[in-house]
Amino acid sequence: MVKKSSSIIVGIVSRAIVPFIQLFALYVIVHGHSSPGGGFQGGALLGASILLLRLTVGREGSELVFPERMGTPMSGFGVFIYAFVGVAAMIGGGVYLNYAFLPIGGMQPAELRSLGILLVETGVGIGVMATMIVIFDDIAKGNFHD
Amino acid sequence: MIWEHFPALIPISLLLGALISAPLGIWKRFVSYPIALTAVGISFTSAIVALIYVLNEGSYSYHLGGWFPPIGIEYVIDPLSSFVVLIVVGVGFFVMIYSHRSLQDELSMKEVQFHAVALLYLAGLSGMVVTGDLFNLYVFLEIASLSAYALVAVGEKRATFSAFRYLMLGTIGASFYLLGLGYLYLVTGSLNMADIAKIIPMLHENTLVAVALALMVVGIGLKMALFPLHLWLPDAYTYAPSVGSAYLAPIGTKVSAYVLIRILFTVFQPHYVEEVFPITTIIVWLSATGIIVGSIMAIAQKELKRMLAYSSVAQIGYIGLGIGLANPLGFIGAVLHILNHAMMKAALFLVSGNLRYRFGSTDISHFNQKMRIAMPWTSAVFAVASLSMIGIPPTAGFFSKWYLVLGSIDSGNWFFVVVIALSSLLNAVYFFRVLEKMYLVRQAEHVSLDADKSFHKEFKVKEAPISMLIPTLIFGAAVIVLGLLNALIVNNIIKIAIPNGL
Repeated sequence: MVKKSSSIIVGIVSRAIVPFIQLFALYVIVHGHSSPGGGFQGGALLGASILLLRLTVGREGSELVFPERMGTPMSGFGVFIYAFVGVAAMIGGGVYLNYAFLPIGGMQPAELRSLGILLVETGVGIGVMATMIVIFDDIAKGNFHD
Repeated sequence: MIWEHFPALIPISLLLGALISAPLGIWKRFVSYPIALTAVGISFTSAIVALIYVLNEGSYSYHLGGWFPPIGIEYVIDPLSSFVVLIVVGVGFFVMIYSHRSLQDELSMKEVQFHAVALLYLAGLSGMVVTGDLFNLYVFLEIASLSAYALVAVGEKRATFSAFRYLMLGTIGASFYLLGLGYLYLVTGSLNMADIAKIIPMLHENTLVAVALALMVVGIGLKMALFPLHLWLPDAYTYAPSVGSAYLAPIGTKVSAYVLIRILFTVFQPHYVEEVFPITTIIVWLSATGIIVGSIMAIAQKELKRMLAYSSVAQIGYIGLGIGLANPLGFIGAVLHILNHAMMKAALFLVSGNLRYRFGSTDISHFNQKMRIAMPWTSAVFAVASLSMIGIPPTAGFFSKWYLVLGSIDSGNWFFVVVIALSSLLNAVYFFRVLEKMYLVRQAEHVSLDADKSFHKEFKVKEAPISMLIPTLIFGAAVIVLGLLNALIVNNIIKIAIPNGL
């Protein structure tokens, strides 16, 4: 079981920090394709912010931000976004993951590429975040999902 | 149109199948199996189309994301890869059909997750085969391995322990491969197999290349269960659920053998691995030892699945022997044995799954004639597959051994001929021990029928359900049909696949 931290300072400070970590994580994800960073790094930051809440606020409080039962579906959903963008490009007539062929009207190939990589990075980010939380929750609970 | 995409469709449809079947299966349990089966079906069809395309039009390369190699990742469909990938998804397809009833019996609450993990496992294996990029291969290797650990771990009580051991050793193997790949990238600056193959001849004096080769062979050898690195295998195969071992044993180690062929003969080229750094000599001797040790260990086993697991160690030895001989006949023997052994082992593990379904255990000392009377078809498949394992014509097993013998003679090494002959005798010892109990022991009949009257009622012993029996029969028939058609396969597929300079 994850126990709430007894120190009020730790609790308040981490609650204050978490939104900034998450904002930075979003920046890392959405800016990943034109600067260092990307879905994996941003996802790891997002996951870390939730884990910080799990450790300091306790499970009940942090469940409001990210419910435990959402872990496994979200990690699968992240991978699904990635795979689906690839297949969508195939449906649009290109090869797998060739974003220029995404079937969205009214956009230039360059814009489509930018959009495609953003979608993929978002998928990776969600997957990494959820997987980190699932691993933590499983270890903290001391038993397995059934 | 869609035919251009078949190299990617093979792993991608499996991956998407896993991602779709798991959440829908948690929502409504019964939808997971049809989705999983459809995904494998699409993959199987793509693999068949890929093989036909290659045989008619020649090799084909698919550039992921539209990036050209060596910068982008390419999927290569050539005679060898399309042949092996067809074996992988073909076995996966029929085991998937089989798995429905068997899982309901053994793991009734976990079928949804099991199907998803099995799909990921097949996606990893088929990806390893079709990729033309060494790092992409590592990624698929990890997908396949992590799923394989899960497939083992859901088994009986001791499965967790053997899965943990498999996890540790498997991770070490993958790390060795990655380390070797890192060295190779350091000196060549490329991860594309075809590109590295062009650079290696200029680097024959470079010691880092030799280190890279040694590390990669050790890593892949561990995954392949090459003789002294096979210790994870018997426990993993024995304690996995029946369907789990039916997924693992026929194709898991074979794909690693394929990767070894690719690394030795496509990336490093025969000249390098035979003369500059003669690692094939080491592989061939280790394999020969593995053949004998695996066969002897198999004789000592009392449990059918464990016996089959040790026999797998010996059979991997045959494939390793063919690779290590590094001549065209040995190569034909190795690749043909990848196919034949996949069929034989799939048949045998499905038989053991059938027996477990009806009798609840596969302890050889409990086998008797009643088994054959109750399950005639299952027993027949067992007999055919056993004869093939021993190497009796016209079953498939004979022909791959024949090519291996020819290859040994060709390389002037008569010792390996003795090894193959001796191991065939040892195979005969441990398979006839079982066949004798099933078919020949007469005096046991009365005793067992009397003693097992309650047993008989309790388990309602009769032939396995039809959805389990048909895949078993298909593999059993494949053993004979592929034996009869071996010349066709060798001449039309494997001979084109022989690497240059071998």
